[in-house]
Amino acid sequence: KDMPMETSPRELTQNPLRKIWMPYKNGLPEKHISQRKVCMTNCPTLIVMVGLPARGKTYISKKLTRYLNWIGVPTKEFNVGQYRRECLKIYKNFEFFRPDNEEGLKIRRQCALSALNDVRQYLCMEGGQVAVFDATNTTRERRDTITRFAEQNGFKVFFVESVCEDPDVIAENIVQVKLGSPDYIDCNTEEAVADFMKRIKCYENSYQPLDEGLDRELSYIKIMDVGRRYLVNRVLDHIQSRIVYYLMNIHITPRSIYLCRHGESDLNVRGRIGGDSGLTSRGKEYAKSLGHFIQEQNIKDLKVWTSQMKRTIQTAEALAVPYEQWKALNEIDAGVCEEMMYEEIQEHFPLEFALRDQDKYRYRYPKGESYEDLVQRLEPVIMELERQENVLVICHQAVMRCLLAYFLDKSAEELPYLKCPLHTVLKLTPVAYGCKVESIFLNVEAVNTHRDKPENVDISRPTEEALLTVPAHQ
Amino acid sequence: MSSEQNELTQTPLLKIWVPWVHSTLSRRRGSSVPQFTNSPTVIVMVGLPARGKTYISKKLARYLNWIGVNTAVFNLGQYRREAVQTYKNYEFFRPDNEEAMKIRRNCASNALTDIGAYFTKEQGQVAVFDATNTTRERRGLILSFAKEKGYKVFFVESVCDDPDIIEQNIMQVKLSSPDYENCDKEEALEDFLKRIECYKMTYVPLDEEKDRHLSYIKIFNVGSRYLVNRVQDHIQSRIVYYLMNIHVTPRSIYLSRHGESDLNLLGRIGGDSGLSTRGQMYASALAAFVQSQSIRDLKVWTSHMKRTIQTAEALGVPYEQWKALNEIDAGMCEEMTYEEIQDHHPEEFALRDQDKYRYRYPKGESYEDMVHRLEPVIMELERQENVLVICHQAVMRCLLAYFLDKSADELPYLRCPLHTVLKLTPVAYGCKVESIFLNVQAVNTHREKPPNVDINRKTEDALQTVPEHV
Repeated sequence: KDMPMETSPRELTQNPLRKIWMPYKNGLPEKHISQRKVCMTNCPTLIVMVGLPARGKTYISKKLTRYLNWIGVPTKEFNVGQYRRECLKIYKNFEFFRPDNEEGLKIRRQCALSALNDVRQYLCMEGGQVAVFDATNTTRERRDTITRFAEQNGFKVFFVESVCEDPDVIAENIVQVKLGSPDYIDCNTEEAVADFMKRIKCYENSYQPLDEGLDRELSYIKIMDVGRRYLVNRVLDHIQSRIVYYLMNIHITPRSIYLCRHGESDLNVRGRIGGDSGLTSRGKEYAKSLGHFIQEQNIKDLKVWTSQMKRTIQTAEALAVPYEQWKALNEIDAGVCEEMMYEEIQEHFPLEFALRDQDKYRYRYPKGESYEDLVQRLEPVIMELERQENVLVICHQAVMRCLLAYFLDKSAEELPYLKCPLHTVLKLTPVAYGCKVESIFLNVEAVNTHRDKPENVDISRPTEEALLTVPAHQ
Repeated sequence: MSSEQNELTQTPLLKIWVPWVHSTLSRRRGSSVPQFTNSPTVIVMVGLPARGKTYISKKLARYLNWIGVNTAVFNLGQYRREAVQTYKNYEFFRPDNEEAMKIRRNCASNALTDIGAYFTKEQGQVAVFDATNTTRERRGLILSFAKEKGYKVFFVESVCDDPDIIEQNIMQVKLSSPDYENCDKEEALEDFLKRIECYKMTYVPLDEEKDRHLSYIKIFNVGSRYLVNRVQDHIQSRIVYYLMNIHVTPRSIYLSRHGESDLNLLGRIGGDSGLSTRGQMYASALAAFVQSQSIRDLKVWTSHMKRTIQTAEALGVPYEQWKALNEIDAGMCEEMTYEEIQDHHPEEFALRDQDKYRYRYPKGESYEDMVHRLEPVIMELERQENVLVICHQAVMRCLLAYFLDKSADELPYLRCPLHTVLKLTPVAYGCKVESIFLNVQAVNTHREKPPNVDINRKTEDALQTVPEHV
């Protein structure tokens, strides 16, 4: 076919699972190219939290870690407080944190070093790309130790400092997350709060915030007053830029996010995937029920988002409120398999069907998309959801799984099998370090569209085994 | 039909589902683009002369327009040049020059009036007020104006005390200003520095305490540090993100399509074919070209489609594959010739000619959709330095439109022929373009807008501008 050139270009083959074109030699993939990955940095990054207790460091660490993992950057947080609890076993009271408590200081220093050791292990040997070092790190001395450690190991360092003097915010913080801490298991609320305030005092005297002058060579973001103001210094690369953008878009105002799918569609009842069909009569009933449900919930300033597919828009229309259509919320593109039943896919593309069961997250439909692609296209939706307050997102099965995985910190392996049945609203409310989920079935029957991973995912499996878990349909 | 469940119909051009009420299109509840903001926004530049305000204004406006937010720049210096006609020297800007102060205040007033008109009569969404705005009094004036009209205000202050940067700045853009047409370089430089001194005397920067209720970003020393206060909404958040990603380090961006493909030769659109023989020759020529340019730390990006990757492979250097750089999805028309599209979908073919930017292929994409999907690519291009992007015709048109500030109407007709590299180098307020044809023949894939775009047109009229193919 193609004439070989002098500098014979490598033969390209399309990897059957991900549909990525790769150079092959003697039937084996050649080491070559990078896929566009988010973390466009050539060395691991150490994010170092800085701030007095109860300033939201752990909240930020966990949220940031969740976001980075969701977009495909292997990230892990290392909470020094946990190392301390492991070492000490029993927490007596704030006196442990007194700056003149030699014994305490020794233990705390050891814990920090132990955590850094684990950071090194994670970034150098376990394939981690970002480590979040969650501790007060309030002295310049401690931060210098960390910077030196990072330099020795070839890590980039990015500091995230949280500064807050609002006593209400701090009090709320303590109530939400400190009282439930293992440290205060046997205390009543008053005791716990009093002790914790004294603990904060222990840090205050030696606190050296990041300084515009002295620390001007460092890369950092200073978050002031829960996001009212930010100081950003020397962002070095893409991942730091994304982190800054994310941190500047999150907020802690109480709100709820409602996720649901469109009402049952014509293609749903026929067991066909994809397409752009309208609602069945049960689907329309659901839309009406959704309208009533929303009204009853009495939600302040609710925003409603749909995809650009007929079935979500029909559902939203029944609510009789303004809504926004996002193309990014469209269902996963099944390419050549669009509008097929699973039985037909098995018949015409048994290899594809098996590959999908082998790695449902990375599998890309021929001329279509993968869940991995979906996550990338949904990232701006997540970013805007973070900015917003009360939102109802009317979307699709695969899309809803991706969004849910973000909020509930589900792995890439779990994501494509999350249960998102029709006619069921998931109400997500951020609480403490996570998300409370309420599942509300709106009492209108619908077909089941959830196909579990079958036992046999081999490409040469018999048809019955491939179709074992296909849900019933017309 | 219950009034709550109107029938939906899909608009033929945009392929957007809307409620259909038998006579006219009812007022739609669904907006088809996410709402960036619910009220017009005035971006107010702040800073001494030669701090990059106009550079930022123009760049920001270009970016916002490209992503679909109607934006215009109102440069006070231009108003002043219109009012005063001839610029004598820096004395005009002395703070004790009453006469001049009156003129300058008038100009500011006119500019604000024009901003109001832009919002109300021209569907403007963002106005960039490009002036020094260095006194609290002037900023107060703008805030009152905005409050009265219900506009949001976002300040962008550029602070720089590096004398080298300032001089660079003056050399690049001030010396060629109409103000200094008849001066030699030294005179101009000296005068301009005195002009800056005039402003320094009354300059009150945005203050962390006193201005804590305002929304702003303070940019220090061309981006090494930023102070961001009270971002109010989505568009301000995007603006901050953009400003934090741009830089002024000299570099070049090379845009090219894949080498000629098998489907190109057959006059078929889309698909995922490999390179033709000539396409492979182009890939080798591209490799030689890149080497000859001696580009420092060149990054190479391709799409996920075979033809761009085959092209990159010939370069023998690492490259990154971006799915976002894939060619426009022609949906049901994938791999068809224009003749076949006319044959099977004559109405679609005509609609596309009527509004090529917004037209969405059935089960496919529009240029407008592509701009949204290319936005992260543009953002990363802004962060990077030297990059070679090997992509596709429609994709390249979108990227080029961003760099050359082309409108949505011009964009789908930009010329991006095969086997031609466009080298873009930022200079002054814009972009220098060098077009380098690498001397390997290729088929022409550019189809001009035909004179007759009516859905009832004859086949010959529809196919008039189709380029030749096998």
